[in-house]
Amino acid sequence: MTAQHALRAFLTLVLAGWVTASAVAEVAHPVIPKGKGERCVADTSVMRRNHMQLLKHQRDETMHNGIRTERFSLVGCMNCHAYVNSQPVSIKDERHFCNVCHQYAAVKIDCFECHASTPQPVSAAVAPEAHP
Amino acid sequence: MKVLDYSEIEGRSGSYIGWLALLGVFLALGGAAALTMEHYGHAITGMNNQVVWGMPHVFAVFLIVAASGALNVASIASVFGKSFYKPLAPLSGLLAIALLVGGLAVLVLDLGRPDRLIVAMTYYNFKSIFAWNIILYTGFIAVVYVYLWMMMERRFNAHTKKAGVAAFSWRLILTTGTGSIFGFLVARSAYDTALMAPMFIIMSLAFGTAIYLVTIIAAYRWTGRELGFSVIARLRSLLGTFVAAVLLIVAIYHLTNLYITQKHDVERFILADGGVYTALFWVGQVFIGGVLPLWLCWHKRWQSSVTATVVASLFVVLGGLAQMYVIIIGGQVLPLEMFPGFDVTSGFSDGQVARYTPSVYELFLGLGGVAIAGLVVSVGVKILRFLPVSLADSAVDPHVKSAAGKQ
Amino acid sequence: MSEHQEQEMEGGLSRRQFVSAGAAVAVGAVLAPGVFLHSVAQARSPAEGASNYQRWGLLIDTNKCRTGCDDCVSACKKENGWGNEQVRDEQKVQWIRKVDLKEHHTGREVSLPMMCQHCAEPPCVDVCPTGASFKRADGIVLVDKHICIGCRYCMMACPYKARSFVHEDVIHGDAYMPRGKGTVESCTLCVHRVDKGQNPACVESCKEKAMTFGDLNDPKSEIAQRVSQYATRQIRADLKLNPGVRYEGI
Ligand code: SF4
Ligand code: SF4
Repeated sequence: MTAQHALRAFLTLVLAGWVTASAVAEVAHPVIPKGKGERCVADTSVMRRNHMQLLKHQRDETMHNGIRTERFSLVGCMNCHAYVNSQPVSIKDERHFCNVCHQYAAVKIDCFECHASTPQPVSAAVAPEAHP
Repeated sequence: MKVLDYSEIEGRSGSYIGWLALLGVFLALGGAAALTMEHYGHAITGMNNQVVWGMPHVFAVFLIVAASGALNVASIASVFGKSFYKPLAPLSGLLAIALLVGGLAVLVLDLGRPDRLIVAMTYYNFKSIFAWNIILYTGFIAVVYVYLWMMMERRFNAHTKKAGVAAFSWRLILTTGTGSIFGFLVARSAYDTALMAPMFIIMSLAFGTAIYLVTIIAAYRWTGRELGFSVIARLRSLLGTFVAAVLLIVAIYHLTNLYITQKHDVERFILADGGVYTALFWVGQVFIGGVLPLWLCWHKRWQSSVTATVVASLFVVLGGLAQMYVIIIGGQVLPLEMFPGFDVTSGFSDGQVARYTPSVYELFLGLGGVAIAGLVVSVGVKILRFLPVSLADSAVDPHVKSAAGKQ
Repeated sequence: MSEHQEQEMEGGLSRRQFVSAGAAVAVGAVLAPGVFLHSVAQARSPAEGASNYQRWGLLIDTNKCRTGCDDCVSACKKENGWGNEQVRDEQKVQWIRKVDLKEHHTGREVSLPMMCQHCAEPPCVDVCPTGASFKRADGIVLVDKHICIGCRYCMMACPYKARSFVHEDVIHGDAYMPRGKGTVESCTLCVHRVDKGQNPACVESCKEKAMTFGDLNDPKSEIAQRVSQYATRQIRADLKLNPGVRYEGI
């Protein structure tokens, strides 16, 4: 980001007004990449409907109470799901597990403005560790 | 008794459209600035990790404070029963709402995450004066709305006084709340004083009256309606009193600080060697915002000059912005005293006066707020009957006595 | 959600067991001087939340802290993923910074790290409109960036300049310390490490061993013993915020 760049964008906005130029994409049924693990932390039907509540509940528990169980942690999700054909992908890739449905349903995901959208090295995981 | 007629303004003239277009341009500039700021983050503004509230807050707080003061004219009419001010009351309510909406818009668009406004509305920390202010601001709009309704719908006129008292109390609390945003900051020596709240109340009266004067004179001049000099003269003398009161409380504020040893640094900075802040204080706040308007309001020479009154009002507005700048920015640039008795240095300008240069985005965002207020008023008077058809002396003055007690 | 609760039940020891387990480890830690491990949290399973049995604190011995050394700052940057901002200096993020002092009349010099002091009565928490700025049961003051609206009132309220606003997009990557544009952040006492029984990164990094981390509520902990025996100082004690970070030798 440069000041010049920002200024140019600003002027463009001023002069032209803003145009939503998002071309309407072809709406194909989402192709959901397969997770790495055996099965998900809950039934697909539950996850499909409730993953946001589960994540939000976990988020509040972890953030405010320091409860760091892994079952519903976002990192856990990414470690299993952020792969396409066994290759790790980030949210920038439109085949990313979260992306496929969210784009299909046109629901914006906020999580990855801050959170990592790729699998994380296990060593960093906050799990009970064996202490010397 | 002659019942005053109110009517919408015609609003078809080229100059009216032109005026709206001008405001529209500023609105668009403000909107573009806000979008740019949101997209690139506050990196493109002059704000930083020492001066965390910048130009947008100067405008926002000014507008919010002025909003409360603009309602004063209506309060005089319905709370204190001065029927001379009654015809002036609807515009006063409209202005109050308009200024508040403008100020709030700026405040919200300057948030780091304006997209999370819904969070601000749904998560409340009731210990936070800021959270209370969110309630106070939205409540103010509602209360003034009801008040206007009682005032303008003839069958509810009987309730005007009750609604007026509610609005009056609400606005005092609101300004106290706004002042307390700063007053509660114990960490910062410039703010940590009980005088903050009363100072804000008096400032609000001065700013609000000044804006009211400019608005009503402009509205009547531009629409060719008659505006008697008695209205202007009364408001002008009010303005004079309020401006004098602001000067007085500012003097008290600085004199008390001079008694408190820990505050000597702040005082030396603002009053003597703070560079631009000292200049803004003496030239902007005291001279342009205080002494000059007083002279224009009180001196015989300007007694019958409408222009002088308009100029005085505009000076009060400019001086008010300068005062806000000195309070908000000046209070932040001073280093926080953590280690008395030591010279402090660090890579994060500990022990140094912080720098702040406002960016165009912040300026346009602030002016955008002013434009919103202007648009609300300009459109408001076109669609609803806020303005009496005539405020000629003959229409208001001779009837003061007979009008009292009735209605 | 019931399975989730179940998991919590089986994962956590009862509170009584849990406290005594902590005490046992505390004794062990004293036996290995130098490799002080703060004790109680080790006994904590991930399902056991933070509790007010603890109050985490930090004791900084300025006699040991070297002028010009900023190992703790680098360690913090690395651990928490800040410090590579592309913005003006005044806009750069500062979770921890080195401050150098020089006494007016004597010329005595002191160098120390400053960070969030984890106040027991944090003004940043009082002023926050949404409750994003909060104090955990164990005394660690954090920003919940999910609900921070970026109003920066907490920055105005903090007497220590401990908080930073993120002025630009963050190129992220760190799984355990997510950061984002438009929100405010500050030292977390490395809460993610503390929760698994480790010391904060700065404490680990200090070659002079100038920093001691531990539980102020545990009379057996090194930090509690030191603050009860030696003169230590809270910065701006006049404000009565009771910070959890204390300094020796200023
Ligand atoms: S040091 Fe500042 S940020 Fe940290 S708890 Fe105290 S007031 Fe809050
Ligand atoms: S910036 Fe965020 S954490 Fe700080 S007071 Fe505002 S909402 Fe709370």
